[in-house]
Amino acid sequence: MDADVFDQVRAAVRQLVREVVLPREEEIDRHDRVPEELRGAAADMGLFGYALPEEFGGLGVTMVEDVQLAFEFGYTTPAFRSLFGTNNGIAGQVIAKFGSDEQKKTYLPRLAAGELIGSFALTEAEAGSDPAGLRTSARRDGDGWVIAGGKRYITNAPIADLFVVFARSDPAAAGGRGISSFVVDASLPGVSVGPHDRKMGQSGAWTAEVFFDDVRVDGDALVGEEGRGYAKALTVLSRGRLHVAALCVGMAQRVLDESVAYAATAKQGGAPIGRFQLVQAMLADMHAELIAGRSMVLDVARRYDSGEDTSVGPSAAKLWCSEMVGRATDRAVQVHGGLGYLRTTPVERFYRDARLYRLYEGTSEVQKVIIGGSLLREAGMPR
Amino acid sequence: MNIVVLVKQVPDSGSERKLDSSDNTVARASADNVINEMDEYAIEEALTVKESQGGEVTVLTVGPGSATDAIRKALSMGADKAVHVTDDAVHGSCAVQTSAVIAAALQQLEYDLVLCGAESTDGQVSVMPALLSERLGIPHLSGARKLTVEGTTVRVERQTDGGYWMLESSLPAIVSTWDTINEPRYPSFKGIMAAKKKPVETKSLADLGVDPASVGLATATSRVLDFAGRPPKGEGVKVADEGDGAEKLVGYLAAQKLV
Repeated sequence: MDADVFDQVRAAVRQLVREVVLPREEEIDRHDRVPEELRGAAADMGLFGYALPEEFGGLGVTMVEDVQLAFEFGYTTPAFRSLFGTNNGIAGQVIAKFGSDEQKKTYLPRLAAGELIGSFALTEAEAGSDPAGLRTSARRDGDGWVIAGGKRYITNAPIADLFVVFARSDPAAAGGRGISSFVVDASLPGVSVGPHDRKMGQSGAWTAEVFFDDVRVDGDALVGEEGRGYAKALTVLSRGRLHVAALCVGMAQRVLDESVAYAATAKQGGAPIGRFQLVQAMLADMHAELIAGRSMVLDVARRYDSGEDTSVGPSAAKLWCSEMVGRATDRAVQVHGGLGYLRTTPVERFYRDARLYRLYEGTSEVQKVIIGGSLLREAGMPR
Repeated sequence: MNIVVLVKQVPDSGSERKLDSSDNTVARASADNVINEMDEYAIEEALTVKESQGGEVTVLTVGPGSATDAIRKALSMGADKAVHVTDDAVHGSCAVQTSAVIAAALQQLEYDLVLCGAESTDGQVSVMPALLSERLGIPHLSGARKLTVEGTTVRVERQTDGGYWMLESSLPAIVSTWDTINEPRYPSFKGIMAAKKKPVETKSLADLGVDPASVGLATATSRVLDFAGRPPKGEGVKVADEGDGAEKLVGYLAAQKLV
């Protein structure tokens, strides 16, 4: 995309986020729901498909562009981004990258338009980043498949129209092998979704358990090659990690802005608290780490686009930025003092929201294992 | 229905705005420039009329090269094409001179309805629609909070402090709009991509047949002689509530002649 066109896209997103979404953050948190008109505004703008290919109604952004949009999304409640996150990200990307022409034509334009919500169903009680314990099964049934099992923490499940489901199609295979991916219509008999989870933060972004009780799908529901599903999951998760790192940068910017504004005006002893050097130190630490995170994300995105590094870099960025925003939100609460502990103060909400970033799309510990393992494999250490 | 919307690029009213100390004109080069906010309402209204009546929306601006950003914004919202009058000789022009340039540009266009914001946030002179009405010999319906077009008739509710007037005129006419008239749409990604391919015609004063000596700071009918920064905000008054807080508040407001 031409730079001047992308500047306009980013400006439009910034305007929508700051003028329309930001004033309603507290309401979203309190009611645990993103208002319908915000979903409409996001769909009208084209937010449900910005990362999907242009030929199917998306914008086909590069990762350098994706992360810059994520900086903007990160500035407000994560619930807003979450609404269209799975369409652009983990669910939509599986179909865009690995689906058949027919699957792409059937699903992508409607996902991009926001008419369908896609959800990515990988995680189970005993399987997340490690697929060894993946129990959901897919067995052949004539021309089709029968899927059975349960998934948990599935983002957007309560509002999903379709699920990209990962199931073990070869019971004899172990680990990541023998897992296939399927597109499953949420209205099929046997598909049920539990009540949405009550979480520490990120209210309005719904997750739930999903159950597949001998759900029969046609043969054309299989996405890509049989038994190669987990490799696909890793590919889209890696992209998603870089996106999450950028969201963390956006949130860090927001809590820094909130903290600077507060420190410049709130008074103690007749002077703004910003006069206290220990308060300045917290702002300085937040600012320095924020710049480091933003630079890191942009650099990793450039390497992702060039194909130089599509795995370790995203993990490193996700690891560092999610930890960084944890420190930033903690300091933001500290700068606000007692006010920072009140439910009506934005930094209190971001403090809770930020905690998830160190957990989902692979915990910090999983990222470390990916990074460390990769470095050692490159050095020739045997597995 | 041919609708022309007048737009202006102005320094963002949310950021620090300056005058250029060399000639006391608005410092545009160093400013964070945006489309005049009030103009977005005029664009939205034009698009709404077009959607119900059919036709074409043309955006017209006079400004430096960077004003293309304002044009792009209007095109990405859904306007069909644009005319950008740009000429160094225009720098420092007063409202009267600028109106001659805009009128000349309008005379080269086909229009049934000319729409513009009721004011710009830089000059806030708010006389442009009236000046254009005079120059073009068309009716001027100012300060619209509601607009309807039926055949060759335009009806407007003119917003005033005490209520509103109902105005009616034949077309062509010029209507200025307030921010109460609608809620401007946000550009969609599709709109932004499409805007790139829409025609933008650039015109100089020579193209319009306007004598460069008739515009610009040297012959302007008004100019800024001097300026000073706004004095810093004074300390507020703190009212301690000792059971009589409300009385003290009302007393303060009464002393300021606010109630």
